[in-house]
Order: sequence, then C-alpha cells, then structure tokens
Amino acid sequence: MSDNSSDECDTQHVLYKNRPEWSDITPLKQNDGEHPVAAIDYTEEFEDCFDYFRAVVQKKEYSERTLELTKTAASLNPANYTVWQFRREILKALNKDLNEELEYIGKVILKQTKNYQVWHHRRIIVEWLQDPSKEKYLTEKSLSEDAKNYHAWQHRQWVIKTYNLYDGELEYVDQLLQDDVKNNSAWNQRYFVVNNTTGFTQETLNREIDYTLGKIRILMENESAWNYLRGLLLHDKGGLSRNEKVTDFCETFYEQGNRSPFLLALIVDICSEKITNNGGGDGNNVYTSARAKELCNALATQYDTIRAKYWLHISETIENQANEQNSMDESSTTN
Amino acid sequence: METILQLRNINEIKKYLTHPDSCLNKTTEDQITVEKLVFKKFEELHNCLRVNENLPHIFKEQHKKFLSDSLAYLPSSYETLDASRPWLCYWILHPLSLLGVKLEDSYKNRIANFLAKCQSPNGGFGGGPGQYPHLAPTYAAVNALVILGTDMALKVINRQKLFEFLQSVKQPDGSFAMHVGGEVDIRGAYCALSVASLTGVLTKELVNNTAEWIISCQTYEGGFAGCPGLEAHGGYAFCGLAALVILNKGHMCDNQALLRWLVQKQMGLEGGFQGRTNKLVDSCYSFWQGGAFPLLYTLLTKEGITPSGHLFNEGALQEYILICCQNHQGGLVDKPGKPRDIYHSCYSISGLSIAQHFLDQKHVLSSFRNELASTHPLYNVRPDLVRKALLYFHSLPSNTAT
Ligand SMILES: [Zn+2]
Repeated sequence: MSDNSSDECDTQHVLYKNRPEWSDITPLKQNDGEHPVAAIDYTEEFEDCFDYFRAVVQKKEYSERTLELTKTAASLNPANYTVWQFRREILKALNKDLNEELEYIGKVILKQTKNYQVWHHRRIIVEWLQDPSKEKYLTEKSLSEDAKNYHAWQHRQWVIKTYNLYDGELEYVDQLLQDDVKNNSAWNQRYFVVNNTTGFTQETLNREIDYTLGKIRILMENESAWNYLRGLLLHDKGGLSRNEKVTDFCETFYEQGNRSPFLLALIVDICSEKITNNGGGDGNNVYTSARAKELCNALATQYDTIRAKYWLHISETIENQANEQNSMDESSTTN
Repeated sequence: METILQLRNINEIKKYLTHPDSCLNKTTEDQITVEKLVFKKFEELHNCLRVNENLPHIFKEQHKKFLSDSLAYLPSSYETLDASRPWLCYWILHPLSLLGVKLEDSYKNRIANFLAKCQSPNGGFGGGPGQYPHLAPTYAAVNALVILGTDMALKVINRQKLFEFLQSVKQPDGSFAMHVGGEVDIRGAYCALSVASLTGVLTKELVNNTAEWIISCQTYEGGFAGCPGLEAHGGYAFCGLAALVILNKGHMCDNQALLRWLVQKQMGLEGGFQGRTNKLVDSCYSFWQGGAFPLLYTLLTKEGITPSGHLFNEGALQEYILICCQNHQGGLVDKPGKPRDIYHSCYSISGLSIAQHFLDQKHVLSSFRNELASTHPLYNVRPDLVRKALLYFHSLPSNTAT
C-alpha cells in the first residue's frame, strides 16, 4: 500500500526498544481488550513505534525525540490524525522553525497526495507562518501528477481565497483545459475564479459563454463544458432560454442532425423553463411542451437509454407544468 | 411487487463504447481503458449465459467468509487504516447483516467491548484505543453498535459525553470540524447529525446554521462539494443530502439540479456510478450516488411529483456490481483489475441493496437468490436495526446539556 521508507534515513531502522536514549520510557501496548476485532497484523516496526507513541502521548512529552518519533509514526501511517495533532502540539511547545516544517510536510504531501491529514497539516503551518507564497507551486506540482486531485484543489482554493491570490488563475485553468478539455476540476475552478473576482456581470457572461461554446465545438461529448454552460446561464437574467447566442448554437447543431444527449437535454430544459415562465405564449416559440416530450422520448428510447426512466419522469413533469400553465391561462382570460 | 430484471442486450451496451476524441485527452484515454475491461466482463458473462441462464449470481458464501475472516484478522497492508478501526468493524458488520448473517450474542459483546475501548473519555470515538476522538470513527462506531443491536452494545455509547464532543467540534458558521483542531468539510455535518439523531441528542442549538452551510456546498452542477467552492462529488453529495434530510430541510436545496446531476453520474456502458463528472466508474459510488435516490424521492414526493420507481437504471447498476466487481474468493472491488477490500465490499453490497429495493417493491437482477436485505438510506444500516436503536435511545431521558 504505502511506501514506508522514511525519506532521509537510508540506514537500517533501529527499533525504539533497542535505542538507549529511549530506555527511560516504558512502551504502552495498544489496549484492544481481551478479544481484539478487525485486528491488524502489525509489522514489528509499526508496533514498536506506536507503543512508544502511546506512551509519550499519555505523558504529554514535548521534546526533540518525540518530534522525531511522530515523523516515524507519520511515515508508517500518514492517516493517523492523532500523530499529526500531537506533532503540532510539540511544534508549538518547542517553538520550532516552521519553515523547516513546511519543507518537510511538502515532501510528505508529494508522496501521500490523497490523504486528508497531510494537507490539513500543511494548511495549519501556512496559517501559523502567514506565508502562502509556496502554496500555488506545491498544488501545481501535485496536480501535474493528478490534475483532478480533490485535496490539492481544496488546498489551492483555500489559499487563493484566504490570501487573495486570484492573479493568473484563469490562465492556469485555461492551460489545464488545453491539456484535457474534460477535466471537470478545472472547469469547476474556472467557476470559482469568476464567482469570486468579477462575478457574473453581463460582460463576463458573454466572454465565458463564448469560451465555453468554443470548447463544446471542439468536443461535443463533454459533460463538463455543458454543465459549466448551464452554470453560467443560471446567472443570465434571461435564464436558460433567452440567450440567443446559446439558443442559436443549439438549434444550428440540432438542424445539422447532431443528437448529443447533452444538446438534447439542454433543449428540454429550455422548453421546460419557457413553459413555466410564459406558457409558451410567444408567437414563433419553438420551445413547446410537445417538443420537450418528443425529445424526452427520443432520449429515453434512442440517445440516452441508460437514463430512460429519468427522461420519462421529466416528460411527465413537463406535461404537468404545461397543463397547470394552460389552466392558469384559461382562468386569466375568463376573468 | 416483485420483479426479476433481465440483463441489458449486449449490443445496446456496445453502443456506449467511447471512441477516441478528435482532441486527445487523458480523461478519454482512461475511460476507454476501463470500458474495455468492463466490456470484456460483460462479454464473458453473456457467453456463459448459453449454459447457465440464471447468471449473474452473487457469491454470498464467499463474501460471508471474506468478511468474517476480516473481522478476526487483517494483513499488515491494513496498517494505513489503523486510525479507522471502528470503520473496519462497520464495513464488515454492515454487509454481513445485509447478507443475512446472524452473529452469536457472545461474539457481538466482544465486538462491543472492543468499540468501547475506542471511546474517548472526552466523548466520541477515536480511530483505535487511545486515539483522539474524531467524527468519522464516531459515526462508524455508533453505526456498528446499532448493527450489533444488543442492549449491551447500545449501552456502550456515553450520550452525554458524545453530545459534549459534538459541541466541541461545532463551528460558528454551522459546519463541523472532524476533530478538535481538525479539517472542516461536509462529512463532519453528516457524521455529527447521523449519530446525534440516532442517539437522541440532537438539539436545535447544536445544528444552528448547519443547513445554510450545507446548502452553500451545492455547486452549479447540482451535486454537493466537500466545502463551498469545490467540485460536486458523490461522497459529499450523499453527506449533504442525508444531513439536510435529517434536519428536515431537504426543500432548501435545488432538488431538480441535484437529480439532474445524480442521474448523469450513472455510466452508460458500465452501469455503475462515477463520483464526479468525467471521472471513472467506481463501485463504492453505487451507494453514495445510489443511496441519494431514495432520499431525493421523499423530497420530490413532498413537492407533488411522485416517481413510480427508482429514477436511475437499477438493473444496470446490479449488472456492474455482480458482473464486474465480485472476486471469486469473496469480497468486491472498485473496478475490474483492482484488489478486493472491505470498504468497496461494504459500499457495493449496500448499493446493490439500494438498487434492489424501492419502497416495498423488489427489482432483483437474474434471480431472487441474489436478493439482499434492505438498508436505511439515511444511516446505511438495516431499517429494523435503526428502529430498534431509536426506540432504545429515545426511551432514555434526554441529555441535560446546556
Ligand atoms: Zn471507491
């Protein structure tokens, strides 16, 4: 599972029970009770280290040697949050050089990149130092290994938001999308940046809609881009259905015979919105409940069969909406 | 209503094979690799159908053995889960209970005694004896004790101390930290609300602002993220929705958007769920995404829209789990080619149970011999065991916390 070799000691690991400088400590065995369950067959090194760890936690011994011990314990099980919490207690008590700690945890993170505890430790050290200068670089290094690493994105968003480091972020996101236009984490980051900087002003919306339609033109079958487009239109005062750039785009592809489920799904939702907003009362409205139902049916039986039940459900919902709207229209004309 | 579901037509499945994009990207490359592995499994099974038409079937006895053995002994590769030992108990006990295994009372008491060793003097449970209390193992330990279900097991939980622990990790903005000095994310809210509601220590003050904080995690895609601003994710979406339902605030989130996102996470070819948009299928999301459907159903019904069944393809999900994720020696895997482990065993069996049950209807793939017990979608524990625990804890005097 994990690589247990501690990075700096290539020498043979000496068990704590064989180290004279630890002879004053009585190791504390794990108290599993009489009948342990889900008992892990610990290696000797693991058991030895944690026997001493338990002993010093109980004594609350904050010292250089316990600081070193937590390093070994963390290398054996980086997910042990008690180890990291205790390590922070020691760092505080000994008033340690936190820049050294930052360097150490950076190395650990690049090896253990999908782990809550190591990223959280990093965050706290950055907060104590009030120095976010190395964080974007670290997360970029981590994301170059796995561009969708949730922990790395979480850390990056935190540092950008807390220390106002939005500069250059859209360019970074754009680079990632050039590498992989289906990287949903990058699309999400794009939303995060726009939302926290300019906001969705009409000008920004126009720019972002152009950008997204461009990406969809490159690759139609990309849910990430369609979802982002929908996210943008949530902020358009016309809703899904009144942005002509978007509706023209959809209709052109539809007329050319494109039947991407994402395209059809958006047209269905445009219809649904039109029905609730104005009962399809526009003169030359192509977004009718009849069209929506026809598309739902095509999705259910032909283009998106895995979601057949969902599309039939949507079709029914739209029919109900249309009926309600009709009866409302009727009652308003009779009044 | 009880129905046997038939397998999808192999040619229908084949239509979903992804073709290389005009613009090369890693997402599509990885997707194509997995589809090949999965499709091979489907083809192999369809070939076997000529001799045995009752396929696929669940390897119940093998799973029971794998899980029971794990309860007694885990190899040293599990050392990285040494801070999750109550989880190990839950991940084993829950699928065993869905498989209908009954444990001896004496064995149950041994497990309860072990979990008692993980309980902190400050309330809540740690990842093992002597570890600091943490919301995730607290959730797992409480669920495991509820599954054991004996008075002795339920009595282990120190409710007053548990309440104090929950208060100690509550943040002013309504969120919960996983432990004192620990990270904040939406798992915290779900774990805290789950244990508080089960043991009857949920107070108004404890959950002040929590629903608002959870809503702020719903993303433009419709799912929920771990924290505001992050990407919608299956595990976190389940946590967010379940927490809102416990609070009776499900109407506060955008249900239509959530439903749209959820159904899109089911993979066309594989039949299983992905955790995020454009990521790979993974059997654990069978529960995290699948389990959200019954919760969402109750919300849609309140809005006057009553779907007549699951809104995802429950047959295709059962195909993925039974055909692609079972290890012949017992235990289940994330996806073909991965090693078996108890986490994926727990959540794929849970997802299989969700797919088979809708209200009191049953829709079981291939044969009723594949049927599992049902699971409560809020807690992921059998509903009869949830009821028993609620009755037990709610008959006790309420906590006198301030
Ligand atoms: Zn998984």
